[in-house]
Amino acid sequence: MSNLEAFREETRDWLEANCPVEMRQPMGEDDICWGGRNFTYRSPAQKQWMQVMAERGWTVPAWPKAYGGGGLSGPEQKVLAEEMRRINARPPLQSFGIWMLGPALLAFGSEDQKRHYLPQIARGEIRWCQGYSEPGAGSDLASLQTKGVDKGDYFEVTGQKIWTSYADKADWIFCLVRTEPDESKHTGISFLLFDMESEGVSTKPIKLISGASPFCETFFDAVKVPKDQIVGERGQGWTIAKYLLTHEREMIGGSDVALFAKSDLLSDAVTCIGLDESGRLDDPMLRADLGRFLVDEMAFDAHMGMARDMMRKGEELGARSAELKYLGTELNKRRQSLRVAAGGSDDLVWEGTSNDAGQAARDWLRSKANSIEGGTSEVMLGILAKAVLKLPG
Amino acid sequence: MEILSEDHRMVAEAADGFLAQSHSISAFRALRDSGAPLGYDPAILSDMAELGWMGIVLPEEMGGADFGFRAAGLIAESMGRNLTAAPFLSTAILSATILRQVGGPVAAQWGPKIAAGEAVIALALEEGAKHRPERIATGATRTGDGFVLGGRKSFVVDGFGADRLIVVALLDGAPALFWVDPTQDGVTVAAQILLDHRNAASVMLEDVQLDASALLAEGEAAANALSSALAAGRAVTAAEQLGVARVAAETTNEYLRTRKQFGTLIGRFQALQHRAADLYCEIEQTASLVSAALNALDAGAENAEALSRAAKAKTATTGRQATEEGVQMHGGIGMTDELDLGLFMKRDRALTEFLGDAGHHTNWLLRQRGL
Repeated sequence: MSNLEAFREETRDWLEANCPVEMRQPMGEDDICWGGRNFTYRSPAQKQWMQVMAERGWTVPAWPKAYGGGGLSGPEQKVLAEEMRRINARPPLQSFGIWMLGPALLAFGSEDQKRHYLPQIARGEIRWCQGYSEPGAGSDLASLQTKGVDKGDYFEVTGQKIWTSYADKADWIFCLVRTEPDESKHTGISFLLFDMESEGVSTKPIKLISGASPFCETFFDAVKVPKDQIVGERGQGWTIAKYLLTHEREMIGGSDVALFAKSDLLSDAVTCIGLDESGRLDDPMLRADLGRFLVDEMAFDAHMGMARDMMRKGEELGARSAELKYLGTELNKRRQSLRVAAGGSDDLVWEGTSNDAGQAARDWLRSKANSIEGGTSEVMLGILAKAVLKLPG
Repeated sequence: MEILSEDHRMVAEAADGFLAQSHSISAFRALRDSGAPLGYDPAILSDMAELGWMGIVLPEEMGGADFGFRAAGLIAESMGRNLTAAPFLSTAILSATILRQVGGPVAAQWGPKIAAGEAVIALALEEGAKHRPERIATGATRTGDGFVLGGRKSFVVDGFGADRLIVVALLDGAPALFWVDPTQDGVTVAAQILLDHRNAASVMLEDVQLDASALLAEGEAAANALSSALAAGRAVTAAEQLGVARVAAETTNEYLRTRKQFGTLIGRFQALQHRAADLYCEIEQTASLVSAALNALDAGAENAEALSRAAKAKTATTGRQATEEGVQMHGGIGMTDELDLGLFMKRDRALTEFLGDAGHHTNWLLRQRGL
């Protein structure tokens, strides 16, 4: 038996013994385990699952063991993912720390920072949020104006961020701040880490068309940030931000997490609409749209599979993460539109007696943000045109 | 995005190198201008056989290289890129897959000939304007010691000049496969040149007397062999169409980088950049789907048929987008015969119809899912 087969067998047995039955059920957005100082677990099983996986380093299987990770090789990561999928095991922990800050620290952080921050992320102790966009800096992110004034042993941070996901629930923030006012737009930004409980930080949730408030406005009024909480060099923030955005785009594109609950769109459509005498969906136009969607979904799944294989071999996707982000988010928007079209007036219900009343409508509305957050589809196409196709800028 | 194995990478490099050198677009143009009804240069058969390509999916005991469908797809993709005309899909993929599966004396005798580039075999399946393999009217009736065959076949790719035909005909109500010599009495092969300048004959079968050995397979065995061949043919055809789409897009992107209008490079215009980038994304995910289908065929995976149909459907859509965007973004010059782009557009159109278009396969996938 090869080492990999032995690893598979061992992993299978361990998962069988340690993954609680409740953690093998399909999950919705409310079932995500985010971790953090103030997180309320939905069930004892959710907490137990996160903890046993964290002990093994498997909340972040690719990270080195020294930083709380599993130290798994690419093929081992694939085996773990396959074995988890086999029993429908939920991701034990999801967070911006895992998806974004972790990779940035691994690439740009000091040894002390890695040893301090990464294990806290791996164990689900600290929940991070991302301070990027500002009211005047959306797609043109590098024009951000939040300033950090050098006060000797600390920066004094003043300004406003917007679209900060879960800022009201996060413990710490990684934040882009203009610390070098005399430098150019792109070289004057630094990447700072600070506690959301620091004096001068406040948040205000933004209510969205879906009725939910996943995003906040975040205000900084003379927040003191010690200088050892800068990642990389002063003025290197944009380089780190761009690197980190590729990870965000891989994630939104759907690389490693099922961010979007995948109900079975096709069988749901049959349930809602029924079949005609020939056994076909009794709505030929919608049926054709579903068919086109199905083929595109198969193409995207195949593409993601190959992207995952590449990443497991340690290859960086670079600008190509924009391709996954564009395809994945546009596909999800189509999925949600088709779902409410199939649901008809049933999916117009906003508030009702059933448990999932309004869910389809809310998911549909939520999905409209997919092609805006993390860089709009138009920004993605612009990146691909220049960085991959080498069209003139 | 796919990381190819070392062996597969070598096949791809060999195919790109050899075809661009010896069977390039200019060779295809010369062939077209000559008006030769065969649609390919017969010399290509021995070239491809020497490289092991004609027997790429045949087992070693049949003289083949047994190298699998992923490798065949890489060759086909390169053929698409170079517009290489050769009886590869008809003979080395469709007919070879059928013979490999049915076995018997015909396979033992003709398999090695295919692998050696000494035989062209065409599949006579279609009867109407659209691919409907389940709707066959050509029939065979049993006689004392054989069969009588009657019917009409269309879109028989490489049928003109073929050494043998594999004819799909109903026998006792179910499709059966017959081995037919096109020179025998009752068989009329009418040469046709299609818009892509390849030959696809129409074949009349009138009271064709066959002896018992002409029956390659009947019943379930025939259905299985045909279904395997069609799955393989679709995935490999998709790979060729992917090659066509890639060149159309690459040619167009190069034009956007160099063509000046309004005092600037037209590639600076966001309206064109976004369309080019969208096409790039579609081509890349199409490529992954084609690879996934070919790999599934090699692995004998349960979803191989679904994937190969999805790949065929997706390349039809992407190929059309690539060639239409190509002509549009080139403007007037895109309409000229002088530019190669039009040749790719025509090949793309033919490949879409061959073995079923997007609608046909999408419908199958929906039926399979209960819709």
